[in-house]
Amino acid sequence: MSDPDKVLATFVVNGEPHQCAFAPHKTLLEVLREELDLCGTKHGCELGECGACTVQVDDVPVLSCLYLALDAVGKQVRTVEGLANGPTLHPLQDAFADLGAAQCGYCTPGVLMTAEALLRDNRCPSRDEVKQCLAGNLCRCTGYLKIFEAVELAAARMRGEDKQPSKESIYGS
Amino acid sequence: MGLDEQKTAPSVVRADAPWRHDAKKDELRVIGKPIRKIDARSKVAGLTKFADDLKLPRMLHMKLLRSTAAHAVIKHIDVSKAKSMPGVKGVLTGQDMPIPFGILPVSQDEHALCLDTVRFVGDPVVAIAAMEEEQAWDACRAVEVEYQTLQTIGSSHEAAATDEPRLHDYGVRGNIHRLENLEFGDLKDGFARADHIREDTVFFEGNTHLPMEQHATLAHFDKDGKLTIWSSTQTPHYLHRALARVLHPLPAHHIRVIACPNGGGFGGKSDPFNHEIAAAKMSMLTGRPVKIALTREEVFWCHRGRHPVLMRSKMGVTKTGRITALDFESYLDGGAYGSYGTASTFYTGALQTVTYAVENYHFRGVRFFTCKAPCGPKRGHGTVQPRFAIEVQLDKVACDLGLDPAEMRKQNLAPRESLTANFLRIGSMGLGACIDKVVEGSGWKARRGKQERTKDGRIRGLGLACSSYLSGAGLPIYWNGLPHSGVQLKLDRSGLVTVFCGSTDIGQGSDSVLSWIVGEVLGVDPLGIRVVTSDTDLTPVDLGSYSSRVTVMTGNAAMQAAERARDIVARGAAEHLQVPVNRLVFADARVFDSENPDKGISFQDAVIAAEARCGTIGTVGSYTPPKTAAKFRGGGVGPSPSYSYSACVVEVEVDPDTGIYRVPKVWMAHDIGRALNAAVAMGQIEGSVYMGLGEAMMEEMAYRDRSHKGHRVFVHKIPSLLEYKSPSTMEMPEVVTYVVEDPDKNGPFGAKEVGQGPLLPIMPAVANAVFDAVGVRVDENPISFEKVFAALLAKKEGKDARFGPSLGKDGVPQVDFGDSLKVKTPWQGGDGTAWNEPKRDKKAAK
Ligand code: FES
Ligand code: FES
Repeated sequence: MSDPDKVLATFVVNGEPHQCAFAPHKTLLEVLREELDLCGTKHGCELGECGACTVQVDDVPVLSCLYLALDAVGKQVRTVEGLANGPTLHPLQDAFADLGAAQCGYCTPGVLMTAEALLRDNRCPSRDEVKQCLAGNLCRCTGYLKIFEAVELAAARMRGEDKQPSKESIYGS
Repeated sequence: MGLDEQKTAPSVVRADAPWRHDAKKDELRVIGKPIRKIDARSKVAGLTKFADDLKLPRMLHMKLLRSTAAHAVIKHIDVSKAKSMPGVKGVLTGQDMPIPFGILPVSQDEHALCLDTVRFVGDPVVAIAAMEEEQAWDACRAVEVEYQTLQTIGSSHEAAATDEPRLHDYGVRGNIHRLENLEFGDLKDGFARADHIREDTVFFEGNTHLPMEQHATLAHFDKDGKLTIWSSTQTPHYLHRALARVLHPLPAHHIRVIACPNGGGFGGKSDPFNHEIAAAKMSMLTGRPVKIALTREEVFWCHRGRHPVLMRSKMGVTKTGRITALDFESYLDGGAYGSYGTASTFYTGALQTVTYAVENYHFRGVRFFTCKAPCGPKRGHGTVQPRFAIEVQLDKVACDLGLDPAEMRKQNLAPRESLTANFLRIGSMGLGACIDKVVEGSGWKARRGKQERTKDGRIRGLGLACSSYLSGAGLPIYWNGLPHSGVQLKLDRSGLVTVFCGSTDIGQGSDSVLSWIVGEVLGVDPLGIRVVTSDTDLTPVDLGSYSSRVTVMTGNAAMQAAERARDIVARGAAEHLQVPVNRLVFADARVFDSENPDKGISFQDAVIAAEARCGTIGTVGSYTPPKTAAKFRGGGVGPSPSYSYSACVVEVEVDPDTGIYRVPKVWMAHDIGRALNAAVAMGQIEGSVYMGLGEAMMEEMAYRDRSHKGHRVFVHKIPSLLEYKSPSTMEMPEVVTYVVEDPDKNGPFGAKEVGQGPLLPIMPAVANAVFDAVGVRVDENPISFEKVFAALLAKKEGKDARFGPSLGKDGVPQVDFGDSLKVKTPWQGGDGTAWNEPKRDKKAAK
């Protein structure tokens, strides 16, 4: 690379190596979206306040707007694009689609990446644990309730239970 | 892959009968079922393309330099240094786009970049495009602007008291933008018949939409001289008009607006914005694609959110709690520009009569210009603030008279299928059922007024409030006699059904609404339908995703187009099957004989038969709302094809020492006519409850009154997501939702709006619940903890147990409202005109 301000680095994102050049002060969010065209990761503030940019680095959810891209070199980055297995959605994605937990869908990638990490650590989270875990992900559309229900539904399905959403959550009381 | 496994019985609705609004549930296969939204997969996969996700080769990045003065004349702009900065490709100032624009024809008061005057801190002055976003920023900082400052107008009170300088050279006078004075019926007589009269003054602080997606726009002026704009807008049609106006002489048909799916809107993306027009112009200047993505702080400067409104309400009631007269005044702090403000002003007076029957009604409203970000429409547009005032006042009246606030409200319900005092036509009306649901669910009768203690020493209280809301505005924003919504359908021999419509999906599910309605009528799987929306080149005009208009208006247009397509296909199938058309049924992707269901063909074969018979198949549908009954000036704001209703009970737990409270549970009932999709309707209702709680407990668009180089400026106190407090998962209570279905004859399958109405009653219900718990009134929204504490303190000191604006005439800005327009009510034999109104030109009627 001839641009002296840029560094050349290789990232592993969703299991695939990507090489690109970028200014060293760029955040992981910027490099994912602008250099790697992985626009599934969103931004709502770029100040670490909304959670929309959440991705996983070595399985831990991080705010990619506060994470220097250079720090991710040599680590495993996982974004929403890496959740589905080919055409098969992740159980969380299925549950979100079934319950309408993604309205505008803008907060959804960040919420999914946070929730996926939770379910890997905790196969059977309580409502309070789900709330705590998602407290850093703002959503303006759903009022969070369908998100909680979807995480619980996915958790149950991932435990092998044949679970359907409750009648009240779909049709009201 | 629906959740509802049960297959319904074969439909009995035959191909020659139009669908009725009150169709029985078991006749419906798609409508009402919790089917996935048509875009659900791409949303959960993170593949939905929002405006800032788009990129074009050779694209430039644009930034705006914004005013640091609150009110000033621009003396000089020096861009010479900026122009020679690295990467800079284009610089624009106000002189490059001198034609003003604005969402309403009566307030074309904005410029893409300020021409000679800046009116608030944040007003855009210069636009710069560069190869990299950072270069554009750096260049903006190198621009020198010389301002000659003018007096700053910071509030409604100041605006009322300041005739000069004026922020704008139009409007009523001084810094008054709009002034309305409307009288329906006989107020004197109404108050004379009252056994009890109450006067209250309340204040509703402004707040903002805070969509998670910041506004972004990509503009591309191509080599054929055509302009394409992709933008996060709720109203591509209005943006199209604004672009054509400012970019004159570029013809409107050389402009293509594509609204991307919005990452939330809530009304905040329904004005045409300066950055959208500047990006277009910049692309024309540079010959390259230009993108602008606003920062979160800039979104606060765009605002157009809830107006701060001070209100005085005088209500007369009989001993039993029947309302005999209402005299209502509202004072709106409009911010620096007109925006939707004219409509907002009328909306603070329009719907008072739609929830409860008000026999005699007087409304005065005034909107001021002030040096702050412009206010406009946010979910519930203009009706939210008066709803707070009225519902809190009703609670006080009930308390004064020793009545149950729920029972008292039920006595006052506006009758179904009736005309109100201000000539709004009510259709289906399920508010009574809504009240019953939440009263029963919450245990209202047994638990209210009990001041139960929680384990941690807090005191429980219950509060109730109600509301109504429009299913779209009865009149368009600009005067025309054209349809409000158009839908086109294309059916081809592959069996594919494509729906084209100008509506915009802002997360509410409008694309899916089209697919459900068309899917139901044609008997095909809605997830197999292709929906093409919000592209002014390809899709018929729809006025936009605002005022909850889409379900009813695009829904009816889609219904018409689909029924026309069904008729064409039915004739082809009838000929093929040798069965009369009136025996055919469309269901499960088949067309078959209702008397012998085995005799049938696939939908695809039916389309082929029809195409062979009459050629390429395409149909259109359109929708125009019913004529309004109101003919007086101002009667254009308020009419709607139908009104939704909501009632809620909110439970609070208040710490009597600190005023800190929490909301553990909410019961919400919403009459939406019919749920077109059960799960999606629920999501809209829950989202409203959430947003209402945010407004009730914490959200406020507050400013600091500061001095900057000797000039008084208003800067936003909290232009970030962290400081502008909104509820997180931790604040969201349990919500018990009741979907009340009272089908309305004007709605597709009887549906009315869902999702704006239920926001409204939350704030007053919280205020009423706080009173029920600890006996203090907070007459100011948000009902923040410190206000509850202040009221508790006042109570302790033996003063009025209240926090709120000063009562009486002095508490409000001094304004001469002049003579009222007088309208006889329907029950006085009125015909919808004002008997003392001078004759006027029909064109100016709105
Ligand atoms: S973009 Fe908001 S936390 Fe990263
Ligand atoms: S779904 Fe719109 S912000 Fe969460």
